[in-house]
Amino acid sequence: MSAPIIVFFILAGVAVLGAVSLIVQRHPIRSALSLIVVMVALAGLYLLQGAELVAAVQIIVYAGAIMVLFVFVIMLLNAGEEERTNVSRMARTLGLPLSFFLMLQLAWWVGRGARGLAPAVSRSQEATKELSKLLFTEFALPFELTSILILVAILGAVVLAKRES
Amino acid sequence: MSDFIAQHPVLAVSVIKVVVLMFLMMTALAYLTWFERKVVARIQSRWGPYRVGPHGLLQPLADGIKFLFKEDPTPGGADKLIYFLAPFLAMALALSAIAVIPFGPKHIEILGHATGLQIADLNIGLLFLFAITSLGVYGVALAGWASNSKYPLLGGLRSSAQMISYELSMTMSVVGVVLMAGTFNLREIITQQEGYWLGFIPRWNLLAPPLPQLIGFFVYFVSAIAETNRVPFDLPEAETELVAGFHTEYASFKFAMFFMAEYANMITVSCLATLLFFGGWLSPFSTTGMFAWTLYIPTAVFAACAVLLFVDGLRYSTTFGRIVLPVLALAVAGLAAVCAMPGVVEFVQGPFWFLSKVFLFLFFYVWLRGTLPRFRYDQLMAFGWKLLLPLALANVVLTSLMVLVSRR
Repeated sequence: MSAPIIVFFILAGVAVLGAVSLIVQRHPIRSALSLIVVMVALAGLYLLQGAELVAAVQIIVYAGAIMVLFVFVIMLLNAGEEERTNVSRMARTLGLPLSFFLMLQLAWWVGRGARGLAPAVSRSQEATKELSKLLFTEFALPFELTSILILVAILGAVVLAKRES
Repeated sequence: MSDFIAQHPVLAVSVIKVVVLMFLMMTALAYLTWFERKVVARIQSRWGPYRVGPHGLLQPLADGIKFLFKEDPTPGGADKLIYFLAPFLAMALALSAIAVIPFGPKHIEILGHATGLQIADLNIGLLFLFAITSLGVYGVALAGWASNSKYPLLGGLRSSAQMISYELSMTMSVVGVVLMAGTFNLREIITQQEGYWLGFIPRWNLLAPPLPQLIGFFVYFVSAIAETNRVPFDLPEAETELVAGFHTEYASFKFAMFFMAEYANMITVSCLATLLFFGGWLSPFSTTGMFAWTLYIPTAVFAACAVLLFVDGLRYSTTFGRIVLPVLALAVAGLAAVCAMPGVVEFVQGPFWFLSKVFLFLFFYVWLRGTLPRFRYDQLMAFGWKLLLPLALANVVLTSLMVLVSRR
């Protein structure tokens, strides 16, 4: 086994373990921490593919900003441990078969398509440039629309927070 | 074993570099605390550490041993795992940031393998640094939460809010530099600042066209102080209100780890300020023509230190000091002589100027601590959001405009 494959399996294992732990943990802070582990492991996977910029952005934006806010809010509200509930009938009859089906489908697609690991791009410095060019030329409109969407969300949050109760 | 090293030279060399840098870093951290106490003491007309060793030089060692042997209680009802994880997280993140800092332009040879004065030369070096600092919040926030105690919780909450706010302006403030350099690679950012204006004014980003990054540097350095939770932004550990803030419940070596993480962050942030705005390892003097003598500034500085140390050592009050200080002076004199040797002269320039600039920033940190009172919380937030962030944004707009105009 070559080094990239070993690193891939370590990172993938960490990501899956983190995801399972995210669901199993009873305390919100621990769940949030598990999610951070998943995100950092994903960033490692992106690095393995040579997508340095995406990896860095993944850590800065998701692990470093969004999750900090999650943790901050959990700490501020002082949320306690969750109580376990029985699995609802809806989830049991519909959810489980559906998720099993989805997993089968994913496994089939991955098994058919992916053959080994190949870096998506060879020179990442160039890749960063290419990505930026695409964002500001071909995808300028969707990019700006996304920004406006986020702005609207922020405005909504401010309005909700300022509303007289 | 030797087969393995021959097959994986990069791995072996990296391990050696990591070990050496860790050792240097730990020593630097220890003596940074000594330096800070001495300088603050001088500002406040006190002596500072004076008992352990001549001029208190062995004080860091004594402190380290003390931290190792103190009792280490865990508060009742604390989340044990996270309580233990937090200091490790803080320390590991603070130390890994230093891996991408380049200390000099020249290459050295280890095990017959040429390698730069830097552990990892990443294309996204700058982004990597910001990724690491953005994770740094967790150490403080989780420590505050996991301690199950009111003051640490308040400290942790404050610091998360503060670090999120100032991280924004810190990241925005360096965009100007990135626009001018066109790369995230730290080595390339430095090499693009080479050259002199009119033959003697260095073309560092702080002074260089198209737009001198004065605003960028101001915003960067102020936010950096806030990011490292130092005076006047040390609200997370404001001792007059919160006992010791997020690390109130930590004792022994876990406390020491937070302490070291804070100082390591100070060093990283100073290194970054040096290489983004002050030309990194580049000498402030041109080394050609009438300025050729500046190559021997390192020698002169070390020689002056040696003489001072020797004279002071001979008159020191204890016998131990009268022996140790002159011996130390001889060692520094030896260093001065080595720095003047042909071949070594050129090599020493990079690290010498880099470390001198970093040292100046560290002194500035200590100076601030000895001078300024703490901000109030609302002042802190208003300062970050209403002054620094708009300034950083204006800097981005102006710089991109100037870059566009100058490239026409």
